[in-house]
Amino acid sequence: MSNRYKLIRCTINGREVEQMVDVRASLTDMLRNDFRLTSVKKGCEVGECGACNVLINGECFNSCLYLAAWADGKNICTLEGLMGPGGELADIQQAFIDEAAIQCGFCTPGFIMTAVEILERGKEYTDDELRRLLSGHLCRCTGYENILRAVKKAMLKRLGKA
Amino acid sequence: MYDLKALYEAQSVQDAVRLRLEHPEAQILAGGTDVLVQIREGRRAGKELISIYGIDALRGVAIDGEENIRIGSLTSFSHITGDPIIQKYINVLGEAVDMVGGPQIRNAGTIGGNTCNGVTSADSASTLFAWDAVIELTGEKGVRRLPIQEFYISAGKVDIRPDEIQTAILIPRASYESCSGHYIKYAMRDAMDIATTGCSVNVVLSPDKKTILRARIAYGVAGPVPLRCGHAEAAAQGKPLTEETAEAFAAAVLSDIRPRDSWRASRAFREHIAVELAKRGLLESIRLAGGELA
Repeated sequence: MSNRYKLIRCTINGREVEQMVDVRASLTDMLRNDFRLTSVKKGCEVGECGACNVLINGECFNSCLYLAAWADGKNICTLEGLMGPGGELADIQQAFIDEAAIQCGFCTPGFIMTAVEILERGKEYTDDELRRLLSGHLCRCTGYENILRAVKKAMLKRLGKA
Repeated sequence: MYDLKALYEAQSVQDAVRLRLEHPEAQILAGGTDVLVQIREGRRAGKELISIYGIDALRGVAIDGEENIRIGSLTSFSHITGDPIIQKYINVLGEAVDMVGGPQIRNAGTIGGNTCNGVTSADSASTLFAWDAVIELTGEKGVRRLPIQEFYISAGKVDIRPDEIQTAILIPRASYESCSGHYIKYAMRDAMDIATTGCSVNVVLSPDKKTILRARIAYGVAGPVPLRCGHAEAAAQGKPLTEETAEAFAAAVLSDIRPRDSWRASRAFREHIAVELAKRGLLESIRLAGGELA
């Protein structure tokens, strides 16, 4: 079958790449297996847990429900892309540490990428709005309160209010 | 890896029509939030897929030459909610689709996919029914338009012919002009849940804001497909803005709806909440339209 594979060109964490992908692959498969970006977790694989969440052209998507073939021409950002030139953590990562918003860490990359989308809007949200914006992620260590506090802290800091 | 037989990616609407004719067994794939899940579950495993997701011409909201609000079928839920035309003329649709799944699902899921999979619980569907939306399909011989009520045939089955894809959803000017509406989703959770029942109401008030000139109401999960409530609408038309009008309107929905018992809720419970949602939806629509109860 001729269209078993597709050559895609996209930007991943600021780097332009070219990759031959199996058309049956999800974006999670491609990011983990071809690019070793293992912050992208395989959780439920049906779009419910948010562990595989990445930014595509600045918006959050569960990469388990996204064909690798669709990545052609897109700008993709994973947690690894937040690292500064000297290996520094991003403000939102530091806020997760400061607020102890981590236990096992499996949900953390997904939550942080959603937080990046929220923070990039530069708006101040209420706690209820933040809960709604974070509602596409499951944390089985039940650390939601600390996660909410971490996102709020980073938001207020960026807005010069903390 | 998904268990697929083949993937065909349409580059344009014409290309999609050609692929539909070449691969009659293939499933159309838009945002993937339902179809790809069904492949994982095994329900659609081993199928051929025609992806239309790359057709950017099917994205966006505009006012067309006939003054319809034209929503491209691949417009994502989050883009509908954020769109200024939607916010100005049919804000309730933006609010309704903001209740689908969770944030990532709303970035991926499309309004075309939401309607084409034909399920009664689709959060966009009751509002589209209540606003007399028109479905635009494009096939080999060109464009076909039909009212959304005719588009839904039965549970999970919609009127898409073998050469067609859905290309837009239109809201006619006569429908959105001076109209205010409200959607209530009754579900067990505030996110990542499917409606137990969803109710969308809208009204047009008289210029003096004393009378209901037109009331429309539609439900999801009150029958096998979304449905309108003719008896309730007639009960409110021409009536004053009173508590009694709202009560009569709400009571009348029971002549229109036919919910069933399911593991989510019983028929009796759905009927109970349907009446309450109708009343609350009407009162909120009146308030949004600038009316006050007499």
